[in-house]
Amino acid sequence: MSEQSVPEAEVVEIRDQAARDAAARVAEYEHGWSSDIEQEYGPKGLSEDTVRYISAKKDEPEWMLEWRLKAYRHWLTMPMPDWAKLNIPPIDYQAAYYWAAPKTKDGPKSLDEVDPEILRVYEKLGIPLEEQKVLAGVEGARKVAVDAVFDSVSVATTFRKELEAAGVIFRSISEAIREYPELVRKWLGKVVPMGDNYFSALNCAVFSDGTFVYVPEGVRCPMELSTYFRINAENTGQFERTLIVCDKGAYVSYLEGCTAPQRDENQLHAAVVELVALDDAEIKYSTVQNWYPGDAQGKGGIYNFVTKRALCQGKRSKVSWTQVETGSAITWKYPSCVLNGEDSVGEFYSVAVTNNHQQADTGTKMIHNGKGSRSTIVSKGISAGKSQNTYRGLVRVAAQAEGVRNFTQCDSLLLGKDCGAHTVPYIEVRNPSATIEHEATTSKISDDQLFYAMQRGLDQEASVALIVNGFAKEVLQQLPMEFAVEAQKLLGISLEGSVG
Amino acid sequence: MLQISDLHATVADKPILKGLSLTINAGEVHAIMGPNGAGKSTLGYTLGGRPGYEVTGGSAMLEGADLLEMEPHERAAAGLFLGFQYPVEIPGVSNLQFLREALNAQRKGRGEAPLSGGEFLKIAREKSALLKMDMEMLKRPVNVGFSGGEKKRAEMVQMGILDPKLAILDETDSGLDIDALRICGEGINAIMRRPDKAVLLITHYQRLLDYVKPDFVHVLAGGRIVKSGGPELAHELEERGYEAVEGAAA
Repeated sequence: MSEQSVPEAEVVEIRDQAARDAAARVAEYEHGWSSDIEQEYGPKGLSEDTVRYISAKKDEPEWMLEWRLKAYRHWLTMPMPDWAKLNIPPIDYQAAYYWAAPKTKDGPKSLDEVDPEILRVYEKLGIPLEEQKVLAGVEGARKVAVDAVFDSVSVATTFRKELEAAGVIFRSISEAIREYPELVRKWLGKVVPMGDNYFSALNCAVFSDGTFVYVPEGVRCPMELSTYFRINAENTGQFERTLIVCDKGAYVSYLEGCTAPQRDENQLHAAVVELVALDDAEIKYSTVQNWYPGDAQGKGGIYNFVTKRALCQGKRSKVSWTQVETGSAITWKYPSCVLNGEDSVGEFYSVAVTNNHQQADTGTKMIHNGKGSRSTIVSKGISAGKSQNTYRGLVRVAAQAEGVRNFTQCDSLLLGKDCGAHTVPYIEVRNPSATIEHEATTSKISDDQLFYAMQRGLDQEASVALIVNGFAKEVLQQLPMEFAVEAQKLLGISLEGSVG
Repeated sequence: MLQISDLHATVADKPILKGLSLTINAGEVHAIMGPNGAGKSTLGYTLGGRPGYEVTGGSAMLEGADLLEMEPHERAAAGLFLGFQYPVEIPGVSNLQFLREALNAQRKGRGEAPLSGGEFLKIAREKSALLKMDMEMLKRPVNVGFSGGEKKRAEMVQMGILDPKLAILDETDSGLDIDALRICGEGINAIMRRPDKAVLLITHYQRLLDYVKPDFVHVLAGGRIVKSGGPELAHELEERGYEAVEGAAA
């Protein structure tokens, strides 16, 4: 612990506030694009002009603009990837807005106009009314909710002071580019190079905002960091950019996402997340993703094409990805670890739920370059309805990496007979000293299990939720406590109506 | 307590129960015996409301309430407990979590307040001690890695915690060694031998009945009760076999 550490009770209280940071930042942006009065629209479609417009709006330095333009020009030369087991309809990049799209006129005026199905889910998750309005995109709701969450400005200030006292830098990435250009420039695009893939190149060119975290040497971040308190900043979601750097011996736990289904006008989400862990540093990155999955007939829904990668650069560095993926029409996501450091550790814990017509192709890559590096992969896929759920994972051991160990466990649970579960493990081992284990199972929720649970008093919904949560337990217990409870509820809700 | 009259049920369109009638009063223990395929397990599943067990005629009332109109979980909340011949595994869900959720769901269904963690644990400790089952076992996932005997004992712990009005115990004695049989038998007596409760034992053998003395014994054959009597009927069956006893009844 650092010298600036605070008493336990205070930490707990602040941690509770920690989750509210994004809302705080939204509140601070009143002069900017989140204001209803001064809404400004960027040009429609994607071009160099669009990229310049975004960079200028954000008052970025010249190097940042050049970087974006380079990415954009590279993106133009790239084909859309088609290797995933996904059926992706063509995306019209010229029909989209990349900066503050004009509000559609048909947004709900009040909760009465919101799909009752969505309201029912909010209710089940126990979300307060004012927050429901924000999530559902009710006009003019944001200001009220932010005020409701923040009864005083001092809360946010206390929170920020606390982090500053510890030396932790926690900023929007736009702020960080202006305030800490050297630090950002040193690592931005180093973990996920701009040309890494089609969507990462797109993100580099037009990312709107995101988060920057730097934890200095030897500091244990005094609270869990979150970009949200359920209320997401409206326009960062589409092309979000996150960079977290953990210096030697530092530790941070970062929570991303939201259990409540969110309304969003943008169909395509292509975020990039880069993590860097130096010697003895540890980063725990937890995600709950519940973007709108489309309706039961497969109409609408978000395309979630995310690139997440961690660089375990230092000796004994450790990065742990935990994800609960229940939303989006299409998910294309492989949080990975490049294990360069000797004895570095990579972990991937995943629950992916698909229902109705959802498609998910998700997994991880563990690239073992360092001696004695170890990785653990636990993937739990749950498919229902007519959905397709694929685990795709790579374990690669470089020739120089002695004594590498990997353990992979992939379990699939099927509900109903029209869904699919697929496991595609790639194992590339170039050093004979490696120990690689892979276990895979596929099972169904049996009628026996359902009737047994119901005979004991649980209704069908609760029975399915219980069985599914048991199936996913190894992953759920990796989540921070306050997230785990919501994630458990979410699993049950996502699968409602999928049995019987 | 339980009134079944002229119950008909089919499984996969095949008639299994063909006009079964049975009345069980509060405070009584009944035993149903009968050859394989007679419909004993079907009776339990049908009363429990298992999907696939279709009632084609007759009625079944539990304390005046129509069982057949209820969902399986509603029947549980109404006080019906089914002891499974083959208890089911639920990986990743501890017995304690399972039972607390189940009990509170039942209580909610009856309009009662949920039990706190402390109140629940007190009951769980008490009932597991009754069945001489280590509390550590209850922290493990439901029936996963349990031996046959442990599963049956765990069923009785579940019964103790859920505290039903009527327990239908389907071959609870199968797979039990002598000591476990005694412990289960004594457990059933301690939990269910009360003036406001009733038990229906489904069994092949006399041996469980040595511990849980039935007030009535019935022979189920061809989907109906073909003979009823006192505890002596079980001895007669054990000595002479179903065929002889059935033949005499016909």
